[in-house]
Amino acid sequence: MKRASTPTETPQVGRAIPRLESWQKVTGRAEYVHNLRLPGMLYGKIFRSTVPHGRIKRIDVTAAQAVGGVYRVVTADDIRSIVPEPYYGPAFHDQPILAIDKVRYVGEPVAVVLASDPHVAEEAAHLIVAEYEALPAVYDEIEAMTSKAIVHDELKPAGTFPDLKHMKGRKNTNVALDYHLRRGDAAQALAGADRVFEHTFRTQQVMHTPLEPLVSVAESREESLTIHTASQSPSFVRIELARLLGWPENRIRVRAPFLGGGFGAKLYIKLEALVAVLSLLTRRPVKVSLTMEEQFFTITKHATTFRIRSGVGRDGRITARECEVWWNGGAYADIGPRVTQKSGFTAPGPYDIEHVAIDSYALYTNLPPAGALRGFGIPQLVWAYESHTDMIARELKMDPLAFRRKNLLRDGRPQATGTLMQDAALGKVLDRIETLMDWERPFERGAGPVRRGRGIAIGFKACVAPTTSVAMVTLNADGSCIVYCGTVDMGQGSDTAMAQIAGEVLRLPAESVTVVHSDTDTTPYDMATLGSRSLFHMGNAVRLAAEDARTKLRALATEAGLPPDGDTPIGDVFRKRYGMQAGNVIGTASFIPSYTPPDYATGLTPNATPFWMVGGSGAEVEVDTETGHVRIARLVNVADVGTPINPKIVATQISGASIMQLGFTMFEKMEFDAGQLRNASLAEYKIPGLHDLPREMVTEAVDAEQRTGPFGAKGVGESGTFGVSPAIANAIEDAVGVRLTALPLKAEAVYRALRAAQNEPLGDD
Amino acid sequence: MAEARTIRFRLNGEAVSAHVGAHENLVEVLAGQFGLGGARESCGQGLCGCCTVLVDGRAVSGCLYLAAFADGAEVTTVEHAAPGEGLDAVQEAFVEAGAFQCGFCTPGFVLMTRQLLAEHPDPDEDEIRHYLSGNLCRCAAYPEIIEAVKLAAKKRRMQPRTKEER
Repeated sequence: MKRASTPTETPQVGRAIPRLESWQKVTGRAEYVHNLRLPGMLYGKIFRSTVPHGRIKRIDVTAAQAVGGVYRVVTADDIRSIVPEPYYGPAFHDQPILAIDKVRYVGEPVAVVLASDPHVAEEAAHLIVAEYEALPAVYDEIEAMTSKAIVHDELKPAGTFPDLKHMKGRKNTNVALDYHLRRGDAAQALAGADRVFEHTFRTQQVMHTPLEPLVSVAESREESLTIHTASQSPSFVRIELARLLGWPENRIRVRAPFLGGGFGAKLYIKLEALVAVLSLLTRRPVKVSLTMEEQFFTITKHATTFRIRSGVGRDGRITARECEVWWNGGAYADIGPRVTQKSGFTAPGPYDIEHVAIDSYALYTNLPPAGALRGFGIPQLVWAYESHTDMIARELKMDPLAFRRKNLLRDGRPQATGTLMQDAALGKVLDRIETLMDWERPFERGAGPVRRGRGIAIGFKACVAPTTSVAMVTLNADGSCIVYCGTVDMGQGSDTAMAQIAGEVLRLPAESVTVVHSDTDTTPYDMATLGSRSLFHMGNAVRLAAEDARTKLRALATEAGLPPDGDTPIGDVFRKRYGMQAGNVIGTASFIPSYTPPDYATGLTPNATPFWMVGGSGAEVEVDTETGHVRIARLVNVADVGTPINPKIVATQISGASIMQLGFTMFEKMEFDAGQLRNASLAEYKIPGLHDLPREMVTEAVDAEQRTGPFGAKGVGESGTFGVSPAIANAIEDAVGVRLTALPLKAEAVYRALRAAQNEPLGDD
Repeated sequence: MAEARTIRFRLNGEAVSAHVGAHENLVEVLAGQFGLGGARESCGQGLCGCCTVLVDGRAVSGCLYLAAFADGAEVTTVEHAAPGEGLDAVQEAFVEAGAFQCGFCTPGFVLMTRQLLAEHPDPDEDEIRHYLSGNLCRCAAYPEIIEAVKLAAKKRRMQPRTKEER
């Protein structure tokens, strides 16, 4: 329900108001591309590769083409008639719109059938026959470092990122990026350390599983294209399509209504280039809507291996840390090289360590591509360094919380890159976990077959830099306000937050502010909705644009001979100036924080990030020693989100992120057999439901301020994921004395570890 | 493709007919022929609950329910009764508790919660978890959903019964 734009003295920031779009969502009327149907629309059904790596010898589409109702079957040759070089990607131009010459993973798009009836398209797609000459394939990220199986014959960096330029033309390698950081002399410090600890941890490949599967619709006109897409990055889609087509940006319109979840799956180009070309080929609107199964073949989260070595002094201070991280990027780089670097530099954890060495590698393999998933690589790193940290504390017979506190990075101290920690409430988050876990109180450990344990973990993240957000805030002649911003509301509540920010500046109730959804013909440029950047970047842009509008309104008042104190009702200012209800003021602002790229040789930079995010967790678990089953009795999640704009939405973000991470921790895993995915459906790939919810959950945002953020705020979408996995593994060891070093923490893995600890290991199958 | 037939049913209280293929499911027909987008096919296996609709008062997975079987039935979707009228107690409670993020799964949760409260007017937390365990929310607004169900139960107890029990 829209409220009247009556000026208010009530602060809008800090109000726990329901989302602006609540009515639309509870009545089933919210707009998603999923529901879009256009007159004359064709549906595309993708025919996919059945081999992990092979040369395409032949694609036979005759039987498919002969099916009644099939409009056309399209292969890479047709794509090239529109786009001669149809390779896309944010870091590398490595991904063809449809496979050319080679396929590089099972599930790669090879051909598309178009029909007015999606069932006809699907039936015909089954009749396509492709023959491949099998090539050797590589699946493991460590093997990919040295494998003779080479996924890409030649590396093709996009040119967007300076640190990838040296990769251009490189052959006989699967390494898409190597990032190195050297601070002090880790090797020497380790040699001289009192104690040295080394462990290796692994994480598994998982999938975002947005319940609105990826979907895009293209409409071509004579010289223009409109793309309706469930995308987190409409501006990027426009720029990349313009590059592929050789068109100016203003001939391409990309719009994104609400998204039914994103989590990083709906970034960069996914289906947009395909539907664009299909619509240009047919001159009809074309929709490609993936099934849940197909999402598993589109974008995933990196599996990783992380070897970590620490030197610790007699006083319990960590003096040196070496980190080697291998990121399994699958067949196409997507944003993996950014994950490798931007998250890679936080691999030593939130600790004050004098000597640090980091080697972080993005690898190509013959698996579905991996990209960003709620944390941009951070949850994989925290899993390793917080498991490792706990193991060290146990070995040293130190309290794990005290050991962390002793080594924690304080504000003003340099992080591994040399960038100073600022407004990063690591200490406060740890303190609150301690209190909420009742850490000092004796813990009931259970008896009999079910044993209880507790664990904690804390992680941090740098926000990706440098990125730009541009916003417009207009005031209408009746005093009502419209915010134009490209941030995509995929469930994080950005519409509401932006309305609260604009309302705060203009003294209007947030409920009265209209937020226009991302539409590149209307809303200004925004880098993307990712990495918890929007509230900080777009929030600042909206704040500045609203201030600009306020300034212009005051100028208008002066022109109209009114006092410029802002006390005249807005509508009166316009009426006085224009003689009737007419006119607008348009406030604009662009926001880009400063940034210094890391030195290529040392990985060091004095300005790695505009802000730091902090998240920590505490878990109490019950482990059934007879079955290995782990029950989460209590899960505490604490984050530094600066000053919340909307405390209710912030709490939901923190707990929602932690429950998602609980799935990645306890059971989610893409199971492969020689490159063939065995569980590409919700029947076989389980995501958390109500029964998986911990019996008790505690969620808290610490009292904090991000001084450079809009009204003290910063991003919150990912922080709830950081600590969950290691907190639970640490609790399991606390309960039953076994240490798991690979995710997920399934009952079978716990039981195997228990049996191995009793010198009665189970056989392999 | 198998041949199509005409079915007649009541949709959100109104008598309607549709020409449906033997393979077409209820979600496709609701979206394609009646412009109703609240029931959404997501997993396509009846496991996520996004496609929930009521057929003769019982919740079914619309992605698995062949439209032809709706012949002669009373079909109710989340869109029922919203325009003009206010939100019902369940919808109000979901708004107030902030029991959704992206909103894609919300219609399914709303319909299942109505059915839960019709059977158990005052459910405890275990009953809520059990009854709604067939609905998935990837944003994981589960704590808020439990809160919303409790709140809706309270609202319903305090409200006089409406003319039409849903």
